[in-house]
Parts: sequence; C-alpha cells; structure tokens
Amino acid sequence: MPDDIIIRAENVGKRYTLGHSSENGGYRKFSDTLIHAAKASLRWLKTANSEQRTENLSEDFWALKDINFEIKRGEVLGIIGRNGAGKSTLLKILSRITEPTTGRITLNGRVASLLEVGTGFHPELTGRENIYLNGAILGMHRAEIKAKFDEIVAFAEVEKFLDTPVKRYSSGMYVRLAFAVAAHLEPEILIIDEVLAVGDAEFQKKCLGRMQDVAKGGRTVLFVSHNLGQMRALCTQAAMLENGRLVFQGSTEEALSRYAKNSRLSAISGRFTGPLANQIELISISLARTEAGPTLCQRSDQPVIELEIRLRAPIERLRITVALFLDGVRICTTHESQGHAFQPSRAGSLKATCSLPVEFLKPGNYTIGLGICDGHPGTYAWNPDAMSFNILEDAISKGLEAELGLVCLPMTLNRSAVTSFA
Amino acid sequence: MEKLIIEAGKSEAHYWRDLWRFRELFEVLAWRDISVRYKQTYIGAAWAVIRPLLTILIGAGIFGGLAKMPSDGVPYAILVCAGTLPWYFFSNALSESSASLVGNANLISKIYFPRMILPMSAVVVAFVDFAISMLILVGLMVWYQFPPTWRMLTLPLFTLLAFLSAAGPGLLFTALNVKYRDFRYIIPFVVQFGLYISPVFYSTTAIQEKYGDVGRMIVAINPIVGVIDGYRWAICGTTPLHWQSFVTSILLSLIMLFVGVWYFRRMEKTFADVI
Repeated sequence: MPDDIIIRAENVGKRYTLGHSSENGGYRKFSDTLIHAAKASLRWLKTANSEQRTENLSEDFWALKDINFEIKRGEVLGIIGRNGAGKSTLLKILSRITEPTTGRITLNGRVASLLEVGTGFHPELTGRENIYLNGAILGMHRAEIKAKFDEIVAFAEVEKFLDTPVKRYSSGMYVRLAFAVAAHLEPEILIIDEVLAVGDAEFQKKCLGRMQDVAKGGRTVLFVSHNLGQMRALCTQAAMLENGRLVFQGSTEEALSRYAKNSRLSAISGRFTGPLANQIELISISLARTEAGPTLCQRSDQPVIELEIRLRAPIERLRITVALFLDGVRICTTHESQGHAFQPSRAGSLKATCSLPVEFLKPGNYTIGLGICDGHPGTYAWNPDAMSFNILEDAISKGLEAELGLVCLPMTLNRSAVTSFA
Repeated sequence: MEKLIIEAGKSEAHYWRDLWRFRELFEVLAWRDISVRYKQTYIGAAWAVIRPLLTILIGAGIFGGLAKMPSDGVPYAILVCAGTLPWYFFSNALSESSASLVGNANLISKIYFPRMILPMSAVVVAFVDFAISMLILVGLMVWYQFPPTWRMLTLPLFTLLAFLSAAGPGLLFTALNVKYRDFRYIIPFVVQFGLYISPVFYSTTAIQEKYGDVGRMIVAINPIVGVIDGYRWAICGTTPLHWQSFVTSILLSLIMLFVGVWYFRRMEKTFADVI
C-alpha cells in the first residue's frame, strides 16, 4: 500500500439479522431462545424440511455492501446519504465499535472517533474531572490532557464552573465542554458523526473554525453531516452512500449536487401544529429554478419556493405564511400579498409559489416555516420546519460569513468628494 | 507509524495488547466509579463499613447467640466477619461487574475499547469497598483482644483468589446480561441464596461434623468456599485447612474464570450490535 494512502477499505460489508430477535427491542429473553431451541428440535424430529422453516425466522439485512475506497493522508472526506444509507454503520466499523461481516479495512495511523459529543460524561463529576474522564475515553493520555487542559477550558468558556458537577451545568455549557475536549484530540485519523450541530450559532462557528484548523493541520478527517454548507466548507472530497452502497466518491461539489437532486422527494420534514393542524397536509415543497437541485442554491440563482398543500375542509378566509430561519433565528416572515390573502378556499389541493431573493441572504443552512391562518386570532396551523435548504458560498462571501450579519440588505454606501485640507 | 487491519474475526490478534494499551482508560473508569459511588450521600464511604457490619452483627447474633453453632474456639463475631468480608467483596464484585456492560451501553455503542475493561473496573471498585471494610476486622480483633498471627500475612493471597473467583462469573454474567436481560433478575437471587449456601454465618467444620467429608466436598462446589476457608484459616487460625475442598474450590474458580473469559471474548464482537 503506497505511503500516502491512509485508509483503504476493500469489499466491506455489514449484515444484520432481523427477525424475531428484534421484535422485543433488539435483545432476547432467555426463554425465547430456550423455546426457540425446543421448537426447532421438535420440528427437526417431526418434519424433514426443518431447514426451510427456521430460515423464515430471521431475515438478513445488509446495512453496508461492497464498500471500496481509499483516502489519502490529509484528505477531508465528507460522507453524505439519507437516513439509513449506512453512514453511521460505516463510521462504527471504521472506529472498531462493530466488526464488518465481510471485507477488510487498513488504517495507517491512530484513529479517534467522535460519534457523539460528551460520551461518558458523568453528571456527578465536576467539569474538571469530566475533562479527564472524557479525554481518556476518547483515547488521550493523561499527560496530553494535562498539557491541553487550559486550552480546553478556555475554548469551552466554563472557567468559573470547573469545580461544579456537570449536572448543574446549563445544556449549552455541557455541550461546549464536551466539544472542547473532543476538539483537542490530535489523532492521525479523525472520524466525526454529525456532532457539529451543537451549541449556539456563535459556538458552532467556533467549532467549524476548529475543524478547519484540524483539517489544515494535515490530519485525515472523515465527516458525516446533513449540513451541506458545513460539508462544502470543510471537505476536500465527498462520498455518497445509498442503501448501503457507495454510489459516488469524488469532488465535494459533484457529490453535493447529486445528493441534492436525489433528495427531491425527501425535502419535506416537520409537522403542523395548532388548531388547524389536522385540516392541512403538506404535499410537496422545494426550491425551483436552481442549478444545483431543490435544496441547494447559489447566490446567483433566482429561485422560488414551490409548495403544494392539501386542505381537508374548506376554509372561509385563508392566508398562507412563509418564514425563513437561519440557525434557528427567524430572519423574516412573508404573508400572502393583498388580494390573495383571506380569500375563501375549497377543500383540496392548493399550489403556491414564493420568491426567494437569495442575493439578500448570506450562505448557510436555512429552514422554511410554513403556516396558514383563517383570520381569527389563535386559529392557525404552523410547521416551523417544512424544509431546509442551503445557500452555497460564493467568491464574495467566502470566509466572511461571520462578518456579514444576518441578512444583506440592499443598502448603498457611496463616497462623496474629498475635501482637501491643503 | 501505527497500522491497523480491521477484518471479520480478526480482533483476536491484538486483543491482549490492546487491553494493556487501554490501561489508562481502565484506571480512569475505575476512578470514576469509585468517586461517584458515594456522591451525594451523607455518610459517604461509611456505607462500605455499615452494611457488612450489620450483617456480621445479625449473623453472629442469630447463628452464634441463638443457634449456638460451633465456632472453632474463636469469638463468633470474628468467625462471621472472616466470612462476611470476602463474601461481600465477592457478591459486590459479581453484581456490579455483571451490570457493568449494560450500565455503560452508551460507551459501548460509541467508543472502541476492549470491553473487558468495564467488568474489571467494577471488580476494582468492589475491592475498594472491601479494603475499607477491613476496618471492621481490625475493630473486632481489638474488641475481643484477639491477637493476629503470621498467617494474616497470607491474606493478600486469598484476596487474589477472591478476585479470580468473582471475575469468572462476573464476566460470564455480564456478557449474558447484554443479550438476555433476565440476568438482571437472576443475579440478586444468586447473591441472596449465596449468602446462605456459602459458609458465611457458619464454619465449614460445622458441616463436616454433621455431614462428614462428603458434605464438605459438596459445599466446596461453590467457588467462594475456598476463599472463605482461606480467610478463616488466616484470621482465626484454629482449624487446619481442608485441602481437598480448598483445591476443589480453587480449581472451580479457575474453570469459571476460563469459561467466563472465553464466553466474554466470543460475545464481545456483538455487544455493540445487541446492547
């Protein structure tokens, strides 16, 4: 194996057996096994075709199949795929938590994996104690933790509470401390599963920056995330999994656009709440007129949000509302314009479009909230998470995200003539 | 540079090396369990003394005071103490190590390390309790003005034996517990029965007097009997060691240890999938 290849996977597969054992939550009762054994032997006595019957009791499921890839030293590989595509299973195999059923993986370096923030944190122990505990769990040596201790504490911003049990921490402090320990890991290969989605927006920025430093430091990183913006900012390469198979490995751009095109149908998420919630159903929602697909757009695009809802009953005075959220912060809300708003609507399907002036938005991961109301205060249905999409970075915004503010309003700043003092 | 190959069924090769490499994690986990054990209790580690002390007083009161069982010529409380302390160690180690994997399920499903670390550190925690409870023995010996002999020096040896006899069933039960949660209910039962079928409140010489050598050998099928007999021999020092039953007990402990390690290793690969 050439020197610059740090991870190589050959024909890796993982099979799980579904069936009776998973019916009561994955583990068996001892009696089930005994009964099963007794039944099987009885059947064996009775009938000749016992093999056929016992096979029906369980069903094989390949969570991963025929996975082959190579990663070079210093590469940051993003792994994308829908829920259940096998991403986490792959990471678990790479971090040796579970064994592959077939195939072989060669790792040329010390691996540390971060599948969860704060694994092993003990609520009764103090912040200080938990740093040592969590560090050891993540594979750091005591001397290493000691050397980085101050840095970790400063990063987590918990100096004052170091000797307080973490059960008294706010959830934000807890997560910051946990991430801070993890962020100071220095393995040759780092495996990360969607753990960047923690803390407030500012802390997320800090984490992202830290990850970028790690990646630039020549370490190899494997990274699973649903946040395509983050993925684009961090990864030098991306791989896409679909139903346990590796369907693409190559440039991040291409992987992301393939993924976005594939996920047309799965864009809807969230549920309606409120008094009218059971009268409305979201049939589809997506971005149209974008180059990269229904959940990705560039700032040069002029996309519209297309949505279709179904009303189960007529509504006398209907008004649709769309809101935009960035990292959980509501940026703006738009109601149906005059003339359309508060018009009666029959039961059945209803289509609407909403323009999306992306030139005023900064790059990032956005969520669309969708609601209806009938003009009476308090009578509404609201889905705060109808879909999410990403606005990709462009040359202007690159690296400036933190300085852009929440929105870019069309303000103009002009310089007037210089009056000379001379 | 470190090179690692992951393949189905290949984890055997570097297992024991890994176990050594992860010793720091072992220390940290044991330290965590010890420091958490008596957090937010009022009397803290005194619990490690009070529980066995009450057991000793009740045992000595009923078996020595009321039933007037023979005591080999030593104060009955000391006889019971020499049985209760190793028994408490054994039963604590057994119940805590068998709960250790399920209790740390989050670690198992998120982090790699040789899983044997967990039950082993649980045994270490039980050992710390045991070490504290030795104060009772010292206290009783002072109270009854019972002088120690050179045999006391052999206690570490029997303690090691107690370690081994707890580790075997501990490993076996904890591995079984991952897959069959029935063992969560079986273990308290085993511990409860064990207190009576093991010679904790009475001496094995009492059994021999009544049922002869056969009876004594039958009792020795219980691995902890060797340990308790050893303790009595070292502390009370009145009766010679019954070699046949002692050796039987030790052999059984070793067999249990072997079976425990074997089964644990066999099931270990599936823990993360099953737990």
